[in-house]
Amino acid sequence: MSGPSTYEPKTGFERWLDQRLPILRFANDTMSTFPTPKNLNYWWTFGAVLAMMLGIQIVTGIVLAMHYVPNADMAFNSVEHIRRDVNYGWLIQFMHANGASMFFIAVYVHMFRNLYYGSFKAPREVLWILGCIIYLLMMATAFFGYVLPWGQMSFHGAVVITNLIGAIPVIGPAITRLLWGGFAVDNPTLNRFFSLHYLLPFIIAGVVGLHIWALHVPGNNNPTGVNVKSKEDTVPFHPYYTVKDGFGVSVFLLMYAVFVFYMPDALGDAINYVKANPLQTPQHIVPEWYLLPYYAILRAFPNKLLGVVMMFGAIATLFVLPWLDTSKVRSMRYRPTARLYYFIFIVACILLGWCGANPPDEPIAKGFPSFQLLDSPLNSFTWLSRIGAAYYFAYFWIITPWLGLTEKTLPVPEGISEPVLSHPATAPAGSVASPEKRG
Amino acid sequence: MLRKLTLAAFGLALMAAPAFAATTQKEAVDPSGGWVWSGPFGKFDKAQLQRGYKVYREVCSACHSMEQLYFRNLGQKGGPFFDPKYPNPNDNPVVKSLAHDIQIKDVDTDTGDAIQRPGQPSDRFPNPFANAYAAAASNGGAAPPDLSVMAKAREGGPSYIYSLVGLGFVAPPAGLTVPAGKYYNPYYPGDLTANWHGKGPPPEGGLISMPPPLTPNKVSFDDGTPSTVQNEARDVAAYLAWAAEPKQEERKAFGLGAMIYLLIFTGLIYLSYKRVWRNVAH
Repeated sequence: MSGPSTYEPKTGFERWLDQRLPILRFANDTMSTFPTPKNLNYWWTFGAVLAMMLGIQIVTGIVLAMHYVPNADMAFNSVEHIRRDVNYGWLIQFMHANGASMFFIAVYVHMFRNLYYGSFKAPREVLWILGCIIYLLMMATAFFGYVLPWGQMSFHGAVVITNLIGAIPVIGPAITRLLWGGFAVDNPTLNRFFSLHYLLPFIIAGVVGLHIWALHVPGNNNPTGVNVKSKEDTVPFHPYYTVKDGFGVSVFLLMYAVFVFYMPDALGDAINYVKANPLQTPQHIVPEWYLLPYYAILRAFPNKLLGVVMMFGAIATLFVLPWLDTSKVRSMRYRPTARLYYFIFIVACILLGWCGANPPDEPIAKGFPSFQLLDSPLNSFTWLSRIGAAYYFAYFWIITPWLGLTEKTLPVPEGISEPVLSHPATAPAGSVASPEKRG
Repeated sequence: MLRKLTLAAFGLALMAAPAFAATTQKEAVDPSGGWVWSGPFGKFDKAQLQRGYKVYREVCSACHSMEQLYFRNLGQKGGPFFDPKYPNPNDNPVVKSLAHDIQIKDVDTDTGDAIQRPGQPSDRFPNPFANAYAAAASNGGAAPPDLSVMAKAREGGPSYIYSLVGLGFVAPPAGLTVPAGKYYNPYYPGDLTANWHGKGPPPEGGLISMPPPLTPNKVSFDDGTPSTVQNEARDVAAYLAWAAEPKQEERKAFGLGAMIYLLIFTGLIYLSYKRVWRNVAH
């Protein structure tokens, strides 16, 4: 918490408890009176959405685990049993399966919001790194979870991903054997993946606790990126942000409900409704949509080890981002050049996802002439992935450090309370240039 | 040096690059009139599901298992033979008699001998083959896939099933060599390059091991629906769409309530938001 506690015990019991375990003081200071910038927009509600999604995934997951059988011969049928015979099993199972996708939609919005408003910069580097750890744990959890229904894509996805680890020199094969619990993906693999899938969400919950702690020391960033100067700049978290987050959360729930009730299989792969068969490899093995950009980076490189290194490098890059960004201005509201490169970066991520979903050798534009460039035709997803991957790394390692040193930024307002009177993102350029003259 | 290494790496990759077989297939089509259950309020046509079950029972079940289904499912809410008089499907006389028509492998608990007995609503649909090896051996090496979730397990779902068995078994185009025990089907994914000796690019589709399952008048429908191949295919696809998710109608009905609740809740919370923030410039 920033600032002194504002908690005043009201009853005798509260005073008694406060001297022994100040848990009510803690709850009051972190969730009720916590001073929050008054200009946070809807992009900031995704933190609350993520907290809710973690809760939903844990609760539905615990119920599913009561009915699921982690056995290579029975797993697929037990998931069907949940859908068909368990009371409201279909609801819980679809909520959990679609919930994973919703969780990732929210985490991507949360991360892109962070990049745009420069929330990862000092003094919030630890907050950002904890978020990256959560993201990494989420990917591992989602991967383990996707294996559990033991469909064709579950099985062969597990084979592909665990084999990647094997590309690491010296220790790779040993780690792979440890993951497999044998010499191939089989029943022991399923058992340990189930165990890890149950464990990791609680580790995520722990890191989320640290994440919120690290948030409450410097307090929230805000759309202007300007530090909170006075009490005038903030409102207490409750009721102002409980109600605003509540609204964001319920709009998100509406979208989630459309998927669960009306298109529950839209985000999944049809072939995962076929029981795993080790002897029959599906023609195109693709991960779930939220991992596709990394899959594209992996396949963009002709050498397997290099691909694995770059894929993990793409995530590792995020961890050092606070030190790559040299700009003194946090928010891209006042960085028009950076904003342009940022939107290209979003396009590059979507392009990478599209590449990951398609076979690398397939032409992008069918019927168009193409010629061979080194190892692949230019009109193929391989080259598009390479362009996307090149931009991904260039954005963080070249563009971001270079822009911070060279770009011309717009004047930054003195404080939060100033620009809220006329929205600088929508105001004409001239008015932004001299914000101090406005009344 | 670095450039040479890079080029060498690219060269190696070129040799190792897996050759992706470019499979093609004709896009699956809906039957005329579409599917009655599509859309957020769509419900299954019970008569159609009953006809579809008959097609499955008399034709498909000779080779294809449906191991996720129990006879009781036929009489549960949303099922083909649901009767509001029998909320417990195990009491439904139609379901009882349908189950009774089928012989089930069991063990005599007095002697331990393997026996056959008439089915009950609580029995699973029996598997036509003793195991996957027997299924493959009886079908030219290709075991017929289980049909329980087939309507979800293929791109296009019921439309794919309808197109494959209702429209797809056509004479192969001249210039296509079809090996014995295989059948040309434009809706089945495949790569016909190796079998193609005609002019132009090879035709769309693939070679399937399943012989044409449906013929006109193969299944007689009690409600007078003409037994054309397309009708039989359409009805069995509808039945398989139900079987892939028997709780589909419950899902949509529950969803309607959930959406209405969430809409009201969202509206109220928006009004609260406006009220709480009314005096804050932001």
